[in-house]
Amino acid sequence: MNVQSPPEKLTARDFATDQEVRWCPGCGDYAILKGVQNTLAQLEADPKNTVFVSGIGCAARFPYYMETYGFHTIHGRSPAVATGVKLANPELDVWVVGGDGDMLSIGGNHTMHAIRRNVDLQILLFNNQIYGLTKGQYSPTSKIGTKSPSTPLGSIDNPVSAAQFALGVGGTFIARSSDILQKHLPEVLKRAYKHKGASFVEIFQNCIVYNDGAFKHFTEKSVQDEMQIHVEHGEPLLFGKDKSKGLILNKEEMRLEVVTLGEDGITLDDIAIHDETNRGLATMLAQMDPPDYPVALGVLYAEPAASYEVSVHAQIDQATKDGDKADLNKLLQRGQTWTVE
Amino acid sequence: MSEVAAAERPEEKRHEIESAVVRFAGDSGDGMQLTGSHFTMTAAIAGNDLATFPDFPAEIRAPAGTTFGVSAFQINFGARKIMTSGDLLDVLVVMNPAALVTNLADVKPNGIVIADSGAFTDRNLTKAGYTENPLENDSLDGYRLVKIDMSRLTVEAVKEFGLSNKEALRSKNMWALGLVYWMYGRKRQASVDWLETKFAKNPDIAKANIAALNAGHAFGETAEMPAELGTFDVEPAAIAPGLYRTITGAESVSLGLLAGSLLADLKIAFCSYPITPASALLHQLARMKEFGVVTFQAEDEIAAAAAAIGASYAGSLGITSSSGPGIALKMEAIGLAIATELPLVVINSQRAGPSTGLPTKTEQSDLYQAVYGRNGDAPMPVISVSTPSDGYEVAIEAVRIATKYMTPVMVLTDGYITNASEPWLIPDAGDSERFDVTFRTDPEDFQPFMRDDETLARPWVKPGTPDLMHRIGGIERSYDSGHISYDPENHQKMTDVRAAKVLGIANDIPEQEVTVGEAGAKLAVVGWGSTYGPINRAVNNMRDDGLDVAQIHLRYIWPLPRNLGELLGSFDQILVPEMNTGQLRTLLRDQYLLPAEGLNKVNGKPFLIGELEDAIRTRLEK
Ligand SMILES: Cc1ncc(C[n+]2csc(CCOP(=O)(O)OP(=O)(O)O)c2C)c(N)n1
Ligand code: SF4
Repeated sequence: MNVQSPPEKLTARDFATDQEVRWCPGCGDYAILKGVQNTLAQLEADPKNTVFVSGIGCAARFPYYMETYGFHTIHGRSPAVATGVKLANPELDVWVVGGDGDMLSIGGNHTMHAIRRNVDLQILLFNNQIYGLTKGQYSPTSKIGTKSPSTPLGSIDNPVSAAQFALGVGGTFIARSSDILQKHLPEVLKRAYKHKGASFVEIFQNCIVYNDGAFKHFTEKSVQDEMQIHVEHGEPLLFGKDKSKGLILNKEEMRLEVVTLGEDGITLDDIAIHDETNRGLATMLAQMDPPDYPVALGVLYAEPAASYEVSVHAQIDQATKDGDKADLNKLLQRGQTWTVE
Repeated sequence: MSEVAAAERPEEKRHEIESAVVRFAGDSGDGMQLTGSHFTMTAAIAGNDLATFPDFPAEIRAPAGTTFGVSAFQINFGARKIMTSGDLLDVLVVMNPAALVTNLADVKPNGIVIADSGAFTDRNLTKAGYTENPLENDSLDGYRLVKIDMSRLTVEAVKEFGLSNKEALRSKNMWALGLVYWMYGRKRQASVDWLETKFAKNPDIAKANIAALNAGHAFGETAEMPAELGTFDVEPAAIAPGLYRTITGAESVSLGLLAGSLLADLKIAFCSYPITPASALLHQLARMKEFGVVTFQAEDEIAAAAAAIGASYAGSLGITSSSGPGIALKMEAIGLAIATELPLVVINSQRAGPSTGLPTKTEQSDLYQAVYGRNGDAPMPVISVSTPSDGYEVAIEAVRIATKYMTPVMVLTDGYITNASEPWLIPDAGDSERFDVTFRTDPEDFQPFMRDDETLARPWVKPGTPDLMHRIGGIERSYDSGHISYDPENHQKMTDVRAAKVLGIANDIPEQEVTVGEAGAKLAVVGWGSTYGPINRAVNNMRDDGLDVAQIHLRYIWPLPRNLGELLGSFDQILVPEMNTGQLRTLLRDQYLLPAEGLNKVNGKPFLIGELEDAIRTRLEK
């Protein structure tokens, strides 16, 4: 019998290369790597059609550890390189990986434009609020007062909020997760994968060496419930132990407010429902900061729109439809010509 | 069209001349570029060889009548091979005082200056900085001055079409063109046809322009002809038979890139960011979508280079283009393409000066940037374009080298070549030799940096190919596997092999020929890029005068042709004229330890033939 056996299902391990992973022991990047490998296995992604593009930084070493196609480029330029990859071959599944310095500092301009053009990329920003690879200088997401080798008296520039930035430049998919959320992360990544257009995922990542515990005020087990809200489309915005707290929309002041169910007559009906197609709501969620608010994780915003490379190729397909138009000799002879006898 | 026929009548004997240089200059709004291109077309149809040079103001909409709003178009046409757009002007047509003050210095002694006296109003004179009307005092005594109130004559000529005064004045460029057509015995039909098609929806405008053209011509023909204006005959030049068009450097490079990609059987991804004078290429290629050309206007030059590299990585031919300051921004990415050994074509349309310099003026001062301008030992081939039509072959060659050797290639052209035009014997696309690219698909013994024995090129693998997944990057990589490697021996080996690969290209390019004259002459004049024309004419003229001089013109700047050192060694003296402070000269001295001498000029203008002749004479008539 000539029956072909179905291709064996790949596991997370099949997406790992034989290269020794060289992040500091305890670095959050390990968990993210595992999360991404799990996600690709669960998605039954095709390694030959998958490309990881990165800039420079600890996070940007990522492609070397993925048994897919990979391109470790130059600091900050990965969104631009990835755009070129998609322009050349829209069929490829392209992931962009970088740190907060990579993508918001030197590469801020490229990140902005990849997002606003809506190039079909999964852009994973590993936010550790520090420069890891160059040994601990403050980054554009560092909090004011961050002491680092370049800011011995504390940093004085205002940090950028990655998710608000992505929303502000017209992103069509903005989500958040964290290195330690091993169940949550793959679910978010799967949504990002399925979104057509630029999917921007901010992943809070612990740099154990230069910024240890930067996010512990909302990631530590003891505060997790109170300080994280996992948003889901169509579901009430509830959090806290036993989902006892929630967010309501204060319409007079146009802001979200934290409430406790059962207090001041608040019932489940009062709680705002997450609508991931509402950019205004997503912006309010992205703005929330402990201690007054929990950190919003999950898909903050998702709204399908035509992706860039598809539109580029639609124009080309339209132009190439009429096959004889592409005649080089005719083009060479364009304009006024004359014959010399 | 009967209007044309009616104006034709027998005329007196014309002076036969070998060539002439005519410049039309006026306000940006006066339509000088259009006038110039009509005159060009007509000269081409008459069988002359020619070269043109448009000179645009740097300001987009400078106030009318000011000197920085002057737009000019120059054409050199002749009964012989034309090598440059001309040194000094035989005829200058000026539409206002600003055009006169900015262009007069280029007119030959006793040359013809035709001025629209109607535009020499007090207001315009003041704007141009004149305290007295130069048409009315003796300041133009050294020229044959022809004052004609073209403004008034144009308004009269088009009266019947009911245009406003302002609209009517718009056709005064056609009036001037008509007059110059008459001077050189040119036919107006092509312009008439063009105007009728162009203004098909606006027949009154078409008719007014044609009437103005005819009126200018008739003015010359009738008794009103001023004695200062001569009539001339410029016979057809001996030109190879075939089908011709005029072509600018921007057009030839864009067509060459497309042709090259078709010869390689690759799709183009042209990624760029607007900058003068490079933008023209983006505009040209954006109109070639029917060939599947992808063009991408990136957010900046860095992104443009990066996206082109991404496209090459994914299996297209990535091309990026800019001018000097933009190329500086791309250098980091070009280093990545060198390190990862991906094909990339980089077109540099050089402009004058450091930083943003003189955007609309020309220079060839990016040679150092091209050959030396990167961090690390990062060699890349550099080739140059010499004439407006040369870009076609050079671009094809760039594609060939980039894909065969898996390397970025820089093409140096410049603002002059980009905008200037010349007749082009249109090639048959089918005559060029194919150089199809093969992508690696065989997983057997695959290593991403395993090299071809002969070319030292690594394999090109398209993502999407089964079983060949691999990682590349800018961090130093092991000689074959491509894995990150900090091993000292490996870095030495990789540096050596990158250099050897690029130097090896010398075996795959033609040996340098003596462009004019013979090896062993007393003096070799060595050039590259757009100095080709003036050097060629100067060397030929000096040889006609009996001087022992030769021309060597380089297309390949890096690597240099394999016989160049020996060839240069055969001359007693070497003179390197450049529109920079001596960049090729440095390279030649460095490579061959030869006493090459420079002739350097950076005033934003091409060399004059006369300047080169003087330099050759002083060296040979000691
Ligand atoms: C053009 C350029 N500038 C600076 C650097 C140095 N550099 C490398 S990584 C890095 C910062 C990395 O920080 P981040 O992106 O936050 O990533 P992390 O290492 O924290 O993962 C810097 C400044 C470089 N490689 N290239
Ligand atoms: S420096 Fe920080 S981010 Fe970099 S590998 Fe170490 S722990 Fe991770």
